[in-house]
This record gives sequence, structure tokens and C-alpha cells, in this order.
Amino acid sequence: MRYLPLTPKDRTDMLKAAGVKSVDEFYTMVPAAAKLPKLIDLPLHQGEIEVERALTRMAAKNHPAGSGPFFLGAGCYNHHIPATVDHLIQRSEFLTSYTPYQPEISQGTLTAIFEFQTMIANLTGMDIANASMYDGATATAEAALMARRITGRANIHIHGQLHPQYREVIETYIQSYEGVAVKNSAPDENAACFIVQTPDFYGEPQKLDALRKQCTDSGALLIIVINEILSLGLLPPPVEADIVCGEAQSIGVPMSFGGPHLGFFACKQDYLRQMPGRLCGETVDKDGRRSFVLTLSTREQHIRREKATSNICTNQGLFALAFTIHMSLLGEIGFKKLARLNHEKACALADRLAKVKKIKLPNKTFFNEFVVELPMNAAETVKKLTAQGIIAGLPLEGGKLLVAATEMTTESDINTLAEVLENMCAVAGVKEVA
Amino acid sequence: MSNVPANLKYTEQHEWLKLDGDVATIGITDYAQGALGDLVFVELPVKGKKVKAGDSFVVVESVKAASEVYAPISGEVIEVNEALVKSPELINSASYEGGWICKIKASDKGEIAKLLDSSSYQKLAA
Repeated sequence: MRYLPLTPKDRTDMLKAAGVKSVDEFYTMVPAAAKLPKLIDLPLHQGEIEVERALTRMAAKNHPAGSGPFFLGAGCYNHHIPATVDHLIQRSEFLTSYTPYQPEISQGTLTAIFEFQTMIANLTGMDIANASMYDGATATAEAALMARRITGRANIHIHGQLHPQYREVIETYIQSYEGVAVKNSAPDENAACFIVQTPDFYGEPQKLDALRKQCTDSGALLIIVINEILSLGLLPPPVEADIVCGEAQSIGVPMSFGGPHLGFFACKQDYLRQMPGRLCGETVDKDGRRSFVLTLSTREQHIRREKATSNICTNQGLFALAFTIHMSLLGEIGFKKLARLNHEKACALADRLAKVKKIKLPNKTFFNEFVVELPMNAAETVKKLTAQGIIAGLPLEGGKLLVAATEMTTESDINTLAEVLENMCAVAGVKEVA
Repeated sequence: MSNVPANLKYTEQHEWLKLDGDVATIGITDYAQGALGDLVFVELPVKGKKVKAGDSFVVVESVKAASEVYAPISGEVIEVNEALVKSPELINSASYEGGWICKIKASDKGEIAKLLDSSSYQKLAA
């Protein structure tokens, strides 16, 4: 039996049908700088012991978040994951089954998805939530496209500080659409939506009632983006929204160098038919027993082809499960307590940093993340602190540094950061701010 | 045998038209609703939409399938049957009456002449 899918003749025939001479012609739009000029210089083969040693040496170059003070957030947060979560998601029924949606054999997975949807709908105050999306950025881009379908209008308006990478993903998605403008202004009569992140990229929670009114007056949909879902344990659910989407990595999902993460997507019932992604519904089987099944699939690509609401034909199944397990361990009270603890840690960090001379804290308020204004260049400061084993946060422009605190942040972490910054601020002149 | 009223015009894609001057009330035939099965959703066109004959302009979704409905004539959608939003099953129970989908003001009378009459459609849907 032959396991190679294509013979050289198959390839030649396919290239001929596609009207190209070689596979490389498909990649002409990839910039030369992004292409490998030659194969990566890897040794051909080595024994297992040698490979283990080499990989261990490489792994030791990493700086795991748990190995020292860590204040990085910006849409990817360092939270504790109970051992139960990892243990349960590694059961082979969950771990090794790839997108198992057939109701006859997948009631466990479908039940978990249904519970996930219920949790997201409850947290966001929306009527309905889907089975999850790739991540917060793609969920936001999908929300913008959905608003265009619903309103029949062209443009995407953004309020204040949306995560810059979310904006980049929106720009990528709309490349294949004509006549779409992404604007940083209040919605007008051509606005399909008004996208508002809360807490915003700088950690500042937004007041939604006035923004809601702007949307109602202009006929645009209000899309609320949340990239720290734990904030919903302390802030009210954004019921003003038409669509609520974002990132749920904080509950049960490791940071993993920035992805894969867990996007969520919820909206009002009226817009159900225009939602992207999988939806799991409750029904009864032939014996009348409660059971679950994917529903409203006619929105989706495998049925509606090019008229589908989205090209997503899957969900972030394992992480949605991890979220669901972690949430069920926390319960409503635990979730709120965890949110409060995060806020307290962030307050402790802010209080301590406020005592450092020459440091300013511009936020009016915050949940677990805020901006610090240093009297010196933030990017260089982060570099220097990293060398000392302190991950100080995300450098923004000039002296601005975005810092987050979570339940993982200790008093000693806070003091370490504050003391090092005290020393650096003491010698910093205004000239150094780039 | 499906019901094919004699006073209506038809298309090969199983739509019916009831003409009143240059305004055509449009729906899907009794045969079509029977083939689709129980309807659960109708995606109606937006009032004021300009359509060309042959454009896919409505989607009817049944428990079996989602199907496109093609504009039988060119013109402007001047009225849609909002009752179908809440009760898509009207298409099943009264495909030629309460189950009408929309009204189009025809822009090309020549197209109307090309529509099928009931006896031609009867053969098609037999």
C-alpha cells in the first residue's frame, strides 16, 4: 500500500490545470525577505539522548512567567490554572478527538460546548454565545463583518484604544472587501459598527451608556471587546452592546507565547442568523432524553459555501473545555473573588509605584492593568529589567509602560519592580525620554 | 399531485407570480414547499432592493436544506411579507396566499411574457 498522496505525475497534472509551471509560482506574493533562501541547517539525525540534551539547552533560554516578577498583560494574562483543568482536558476522549461534532458519538464534547456558551452568555449579558472563536482578534474582526452584513453599511468605526493587534487583524480581514474604511471616530450614517474595548488597551474601563446612545442615534451596532474576561467578575456585563466578543484566555488557558488562545463571541438574539461559528443547541433524542447537537449550520461554510457568514468551520474546542472546567471549579462566587483579588493586586502595584518619585499613573481607573509613565524610555527600561529577570510589562510609546497584576503577583514581585524603578528613576533625566 | 392555480405565472425554479399591472407578488410553489419540507426560516430581501432576473435574492431554509430563491423578473422589491419572519411555516400551509414572499415592481415587461403558464408548470412539477 502506498501512503504518498501525490505522484510526480499528479503534481504535473495539477500544476498544468492551475496554469503554473511550479509550486513556487503560488508564493510570488510572499515578500522575498520572508522566504528562506535555503533550507534550515539542521543536523540530519542524532540519537535520542543527544536530541534531548540539545532541546533542553534550547528550552533553558526561555524565561517562564513563573520564574520571577512578571507584569506583562496586554491581552494575554498570567493566571493560575488548577491542576484539575489539565488533568481533565488530557482525557483522551477530549484530547485526541478532532472537532468531534457528530451528536451520536459526541454528547460529552457537545455538552461542554453548550455549557461554555451558557457561561459566556451569562458573563456578557447577551442572549446567545457561540462555541468559541480562534482568539479575541479574529472574533473582533468577525464581529465587524457581521455588523456590515446586518446594517448593510460599509465602515468600521473604533472608539479610543482598541488593542493594536486586534485592529491589524480587522485590517487584514477587510483587505478582500471593497470600499471599507476603518475610522477612529464616532459612528455616522455609513458606520456599520462602533468597536469599543473595555477595559481599553490602556486598562481603562469605558462608560458605555453614552456610546450606546451614539450607536442608537446613528444606526451603527455597538461591539464591545473584552480582552481580559476576568474583568467581568467585577465590572457589570456590557448589556448595552449588540455584540460582545474578545479573549477568554485568562480562564484555564496558558499564555503559550501568545497563542493559541480562546476567542468568544456573543450577541443579541435578533442577530443569531448572522453569527459566525459553530452553535450548539439543546434538544431531545428519540427517547425524549435531553441531548445536544450543532444547530443553525445553514449559516456555515460546509452548507452555504461562499454565502456562509464566516470561513470558520470549527471552534477552539479543547480550550473552550478548559475554560468551562475552570469556571465550574470557580463558580460564580469564586470568579468574582478572583476578579477582586486581581484588582487588589493591581491596586497594591499602583499604590507602591505611586510612591516612586518621577513616576506618573495616568489612568483614572483600572481593573488589573494600567499605564505607568516613566521619566525614561520604556522600551530600554524593559530591556534592562529583563536582563535582571524582571518582566516589567509592555513598553508603549516614549516613557509609557503597560503593567498588569494578577493573583500570581506577589508583594515581593511588586517591591522588586518598584525598587529597581526607584533606582533608575533617581538617575533619569528628562532628556532620555524618546 | 401538487396544487397549481391557473391564474398564476410560474418559473422553472418553482416560483409563482401573481400579476397586478406591473407589480408581481412572488412566492414558491406548493410543489417546492412540499419538496423542501417544514420551513424554519426565510431570509427576506430588503425593501427597495433592485434585482435582476436570475439573481439569488431570498433564502428559504427548511429542516432539510437551505435553498436560494431566484428573482423571476427584474425590478424593485416594493414590499416584503414580514409575517414570514415569525411564521415561515405559512409557506407550507398557504404557499399561494399567506405564504407570499415579496412584491416586485417589474422593470422589463418582456420578461413577464417568458414566464410559464399553469399548464406548462403542471408538466414540470408532475
